[in-house]
Amino acid sequence: MSDIPIYNADADRSLGLFDNPAWRAKSLEKAGLALVALAVVATVVALASDLGRQRPGLFAWLVFGGFGVGGVVFALGGLRRASGVRNDGKMFSSNQARGAVGWISGLVLTGLYVVLYFAPEALAGLIPLGDPLSRLLRDQPATVANGGQWFLYSTFYTLAVGAMGVRALVRYRHSRYHVVRTLSVVFFQTILAFALPYLLMRLQQPELFLHYTWPLDYDLFFPWKMEELRASGQLGVAMLIWGAILIAVVTPILTFYFGKRWYCSWVCGCGGLAETAGDPYRHLSDTSLGAWKVERWMVHGVLAAIVVGTAVLWVAALLDVGWLDAVAGTFSWLYGLIIGSIFAGVVGVGFYPLMGSRVWCRFGCPMAAVLGLQQRFFSRFRITTNGGQCISCGNCSAYCEMGIDVRWYAQRGQNIVRASCVGCGICSTVCPRGVLKLENGPRGDRATAAPLGAPALISELSILDGAMD
Amino acid sequence: MHIAIVGNGITGVTASRVVRRRHPDWRITVISDEAPTHYARTAWMYVYMGHLTREHTQPYAEHFWTDNRIERVHDRVTHLDARGKTLRLQKGGPLAWDRLLLATGSIPAFYGWPGQDLAGIQGLYHLQDLDRMEREAGSAKRAVVVGGGLIGVEMAEMLRTRGTHVSFLIREGRYMAHAMPKRESRLLEHEIARHHVDLHLRTEPVTFQGKDRVQSVRTSTDVTLMADWVGIATGVRPNIDWLKDAGIDTARGILVDRQMRTSAPDVFAAGDCAEAREPLAGRAAIEPLWYTGRIQGATAGMGLAGSPTPYAPGVFFNSAKFFDIEWQVVGRIAPEPSPEIVDAYTEDETPHGPRLIRLQADTASGALLGVHALGIRLRQSVISDWIARGVSLDDALRDLPLASFDPEFSRAILVPDLSRQSQRIANLG
Repeated sequence: MSDIPIYNADADRSLGLFDNPAWRAKSLEKAGLALVALAVVATVVALASDLGRQRPGLFAWLVFGGFGVGGVVFALGGLRRASGVRNDGKMFSSNQARGAVGWISGLVLTGLYVVLYFAPEALAGLIPLGDPLSRLLRDQPATVANGGQWFLYSTFYTLAVGAMGVRALVRYRHSRYHVVRTLSVVFFQTILAFALPYLLMRLQQPELFLHYTWPLDYDLFFPWKMEELRASGQLGVAMLIWGAILIAVVTPILTFYFGKRWYCSWVCGCGGLAETAGDPYRHLSDTSLGAWKVERWMVHGVLAAIVVGTAVLWVAALLDVGWLDAVAGTFSWLYGLIIGSIFAGVVGVGFYPLMGSRVWCRFGCPMAAVLGLQQRFFSRFRITTNGGQCISCGNCSAYCEMGIDVRWYAQRGQNIVRASCVGCGICSTVCPRGVLKLENGPRGDRATAAPLGAPALISELSILDGAMD
Repeated sequence: MHIAIVGNGITGVTASRVVRRRHPDWRITVISDEAPTHYARTAWMYVYMGHLTREHTQPYAEHFWTDNRIERVHDRVTHLDARGKTLRLQKGGPLAWDRLLLATGSIPAFYGWPGQDLAGIQGLYHLQDLDRMEREAGSAKRAVVVGGGLIGVEMAEMLRTRGTHVSFLIREGRYMAHAMPKRESRLLEHEIARHHVDLHLRTEPVTFQGKDRVQSVRTSTDVTLMADWVGIATGVRPNIDWLKDAGIDTARGILVDRQMRTSAPDVFAAGDCAEAREPLAGRAAIEPLWYTGRIQGATAGMGLAGSPTPYAPGVFFNSAKFFDIEWQVVGRIAPEPSPEIVDAYTEDETPHGPRLIRLQADTASGALLGVHALGIRLRQSVISDWIARGVSLDDALRDLPLASFDPEFSRAILVPDLSRQSQRIANLG
């Protein structure tokens, strides 16, 4: 009876043939999301009522525990999915492809940042939740008066880097480069950006961020700030000296040998958040030529502003001219507002679900601009392409968080030497043909084209690399 | 001078770039009925899987075409008049040209199975095939994929990401039997099974059954498999049916000499649709690969530009990804053991999949012939150079770490140990 199907659904199930690897992960992920949802509810309750103030301990557990544990459980769900590149369904996702969920997330995140920077009193119900941890770490309560909102923010930020760091570790566990890099950013965020500064505060010392310096830490060399640090004792002076060494000596040397990635995707806290919490949104960065033009003007514009501005502040401080003081004061205030608060904070993270995870790093960060100039002109770093193996699929360009059109170079067999590349290495990971490799090597011809696999035609094929594009 | 190019795939577009570079003022028109612009068809699997959007699979942004003044015409060529040097277009009028390139690619090959025209049965080559697959396969519970080449395994992977159950029919007794040794086949078969694909070796379809739409597939092993959707990946054939009356010599494909010239003056053909009158040693007359399409396109571009150049693709290479295992070959690897070939091979198993590397050399001369890798990235330029220079197997093994293209912090590349007889014996059988 040839027309009677032998199909037997039960047999298929017992063989696991219906078992979709993508489905198996879902139960743990749902449990994690449930905890996160609980934390969201607790957050809203604390914001809207007095309950957080009355029971700070309980609510701290509900909110921080919910976000942290829920995030980690969610992340661990990924272990039940086979390791490898798993971007399935990303372009259909409401959250990750600028759908309704993405827009709402973007608006809520942006709104939270606006409140945090410009109306912290609205967070009054939430700030006491930081109290237990604040007393433990920095030996003082958490109130708006002593920057309790920033303590709260740091805690959330570190939790996000930690929990989403676990997600990144799980997601990229097949690549040792990503494992090492992710551990590095989680370490720098939890220890150098969170625990250490607050412990120092406990010891009546100035806040110390060993891994930040001017121009990212934009007021470090402002006259009044230097005065304040000098006055605070030996540690303050040491911080100033370390800050100067970091930008003038450490940065150029490490960037020469490894590219700007040593900082942007291994150390920096902004990069740390982008590589962990921002990873689901990395493909939303605009790859167009227009975006690149805007990026170059903006990021170098911000760098010019902080360099000139810092110089003006010093001239004003030394000359003691009234109108110059006013200019300097206005500059300092404006830069802090527009760049320090709105750009680095509100837009930088708030726009993750809309413009990708590196909006600040790409368009605004003056440190990235300094590192980028060094990388472009004085570094041994490049992304090498593997002969003629590119199939122009576009995964590299799509998943570049800096919006670099990686394929543009790869399909011509040309190495990638770009100021903005933060060396996250995802292009290499998502490439289905093994075309891209992050390398440090002799500078000589690092940007030139490699043969496309046909010796007799090399000279003619290399015409594909010419200026006509 | 007006250059017309029929086909906007990798071959036609590469040719257009070569012409533009050499002649900034010539007029270049690229005509395609498939899509208004150039797509990387190799990437369409990622669109179905949700990794990419269609826009992502366009290798060049709009400004590229205007900057380079390459005119794109989205129309179907219905007739070629080689002597009168004109093309007739379905929507537009006649188009006169001075030199012409035919780069019309392939169409999926069907083999006359009863029921093959039922709805829900298709190949995957053109953009329209992707549209159709999204429409018709997206809701399929059970699918059958016929043919184990690269498109077949891509289809299986695509379907699995949407939870479709896949039965995968392979004619040969082992997977990729024509291209790789037995051990590699076994590792890939395991990988396919690991992703819950129901693999049927030594199995071909006999009939496709259903009323309007396919419902089941009867196989040569006398089994009937339920299927809401069937993917045909039994190879491709040159897309030349429309050229029947054009007066150009064809066989399976458009016959070309080494300069990619057809039998008609000023008419070139390249890529999947071209067939070499005298194939180069060790190469097929028709090479339907992305990489060869690009090199042939560049070669034809030289001819179009007035500097005919012989097709010289250099040392063979190819690569693919079978679910999570990357595969790469540089040079030639014999799939079956032979006394003329020395084989050095080793493998290991990592928590994230197997790794394998195989080198083959000529027994008589000792010269390296090819390198094969699964789960390891090879630096193509290094190995091509070794093979072109005929370095010895011993030297290649010694220098193998130089050929690693794996990311930083990866495990060290595997190096076969020739002194260990168990690895030296031709590990093919």
